[in-house]
Amino acid sequence: MPTVDLAKSTLRELNHALHNIKDGSNETAWEVVNPKGSHSVAVGVDAPVKVDVHGSVGYYCGGMNSEATITVHGSVGPGVGENMMSGAIFVKGDASQYAGATGRGGLLVIEGNASSRCGISMKGINIVVHGNIGHMSAFMAQSGNLVVLGDAGDALGDSIYEARLFVRGKVKSLGADCIEKEMRPEHIELLAGLLEKAGVTGVKPEEFTRYGSARTLYNFNIDNADAY
Amino acid sequence: MTYKNPPTTPRKSATFDDYTMSEIRRAAATGIYDIRGGGAKRKVPHFDDLLFLGASISRYPLEGYRERCDTSVVLGARHAKKPIELKIPITIAGMSFGSLSGPAKEALGRGATLAGTSTTTGDGGMTEEERGHSQTLVYQYLPSRYGMNPRDLRRADAIEIVVGQGAKPGGGGMLLGQKISDRVAEMRTLPKGIDQRSACRHPDWTGPDDLEIKILELREITDWEKPIYIKIGGARPYYDTALAVKAGADVVVLDGMQGGTAATQEVFIEHVGQPTLACIRPAVQALQDLGMHRKVQLIVSGGIRNGADVAKALALGADAVSIGTAALVALGDNDPHWEEEYNKLGTTAGAYDDWHEGKDPAGITTQDPELMKRVDPIAAGRRLANYLKVMTLETQTIARACGKNHVHNLEPEDLCALTLEAAAMAGVPLAGTSWIPGKNGL
Repeated sequence: MPTVDLAKSTLRELNHALHNIKDGSNETAWEVVNPKGSHSVAVGVDAPVKVDVHGSVGYYCGGMNSEATITVHGSVGPGVGENMMSGAIFVKGDASQYAGATGRGGLLVIEGNASSRCGISMKGINIVVHGNIGHMSAFMAQSGNLVVLGDAGDALGDSIYEARLFVRGKVKSLGADCIEKEMRPEHIELLAGLLEKAGVTGVKPEEFTRYGSARTLYNFNIDNADAY
Repeated sequence: MTYKNPPTTPRKSATFDDYTMSEIRRAAATGIYDIRGGGAKRKVPHFDDLLFLGASISRYPLEGYRERCDTSVVLGARHAKKPIELKIPITIAGMSFGSLSGPAKEALGRGATLAGTSTTTGDGGMTEEERGHSQTLVYQYLPSRYGMNPRDLRRADAIEIVVGQGAKPGGGGMLLGQKISDRVAEMRTLPKGIDQRSACRHPDWTGPDDLEIKILELREITDWEKPIYIKIGGARPYYDTALAVKAGADVVVLDGMQGGTAATQEVFIEHVGQPTLACIRPAVQALQDLGMHRKVQLIVSGGIRNGADVAKALALGADAVSIGTAALVALGDNDPHWEEEYNKLGTTAGAYDDWHEGKDPAGITTQDPELMKRVDPIAAGRRLANYLKVMTLETQTIARACGKNHVHNLEPEDLCALTLEAAAMAGVPLAGTSWIPGKNGL
């Protein structure tokens, strides 16, 4: 099992090594120690490997991840898993702003809380937050699912497109064109699967409320101008 | 003899002219602001207000066609392992698939490649047509992140982080539902037929300190191979250029208000941002103050039409220029050949700018399968290459006349200005004088 000590190796060496894992390599489980808040840890990985990061990291950890399963045993700075394509990222602590921004696939699990703009402009990613999320989360969210076991801040889902939002706690306010929607059986089934994948136990899908787009802003109408 | 009261000639208001009144009536009838493509149409100080002095007794010219005048340019050597090397200092600006048809994008790639230069993706991701036909392709990284993925990032030759564009500094994009075909919708992860709004701010960074970290991430993802450009609109060119350099850019792309857009509000295009001419010297000054002129390259765009414009931009300190509108015209945009169809749309060749409606008779700014067949990518690409080569020859002609063996050796001292405004903006003397308005407190 390769271990990269960021107190001794550079970030460039770490990412370069992760980008050069050959098909069929036995080096499928990596440990990163002493990240000490480094930005861009394990970005652009494109292989089905496990990467365990021991400590907290800065911006964009796991950015554009494809296939890898990255676990951060600590907290993460802004933009964790931004634009991720597939694979999974598990954060044992809290996440700063823009968690999962523009993510297109895969699973992002925050075991603590996520700050503002969680899931902004998401395009297919699944995000599960055990705690609360901050304001303007799921802004312009296009596709995918955002699951929040705690509460959501102001303006949830502002200008949302087709993403689905599931919140178990309170929502401080909904953004423009975001409304509460009926939980149909397919949503219960979807949510149960996501909770299972995220390792959530003792919580039932029926405890959540679904939110999504009212679709009134999809084509411009002058009488909706105050919503823009 | 009887006198009638003599009539006065009907007089229209200069303030409320025909265009202004038609726009008031249009707004009142429709309840929506005017949206159009292109750049500023109003007259602003431009390169036409500058002249080259040419060689004289104090400096001698190079022999046309015999003595070499180099036009090559290297972009991105500051940090990238693989800088871009172009044969000519004229690149093709970012224009999206979605706003343009697939054949038009292919033609841009073919023409740029034939001429030895780069082309650029746009707010819609990278298509196979343009990657396949572009030897050097710059991949835009925009606030919307439509179509963004690491595979395309790695198969790009450079990355351009778009902060703003000259037609609408501070504004996002807009692609109305008429142009959201199945293919465009899929690339943008959006439902078909809706009005698509592109954000004006990036979703995961704000400010120059964040931008520096974002650049680090992109460099790490691409193993420090690709040059990273930052594109800014002509808002505050001195400070924006300085901050782009501070954030780690290899190249700054500076787009003035004549630079085109696929679609935005008319009021935005005509009333926000500065003319290209006014932007160049402050940006060059910022690079010089930081000791980075020629180390971080400056690409200028917005209203470049011919070799004279190219030479003037280079003389003011740019390393290269970029063209968008002019490239579309070379492909066939607004060609009088389609005059009857322009008339049916209530316009005329040369004035057509409703690119967002997807009805372009020339088949360029459309997703209509029948209209887009009107663009033959091979023939249109050839026309673009011809045009680029003509512009390059024109630039060399002027550079030789000024005694330069590389177009980058052109300098402000080769220029004078025809108007006070242009002299002040370009920082060159008013013709016939040694007066540079604003210099030395005068």
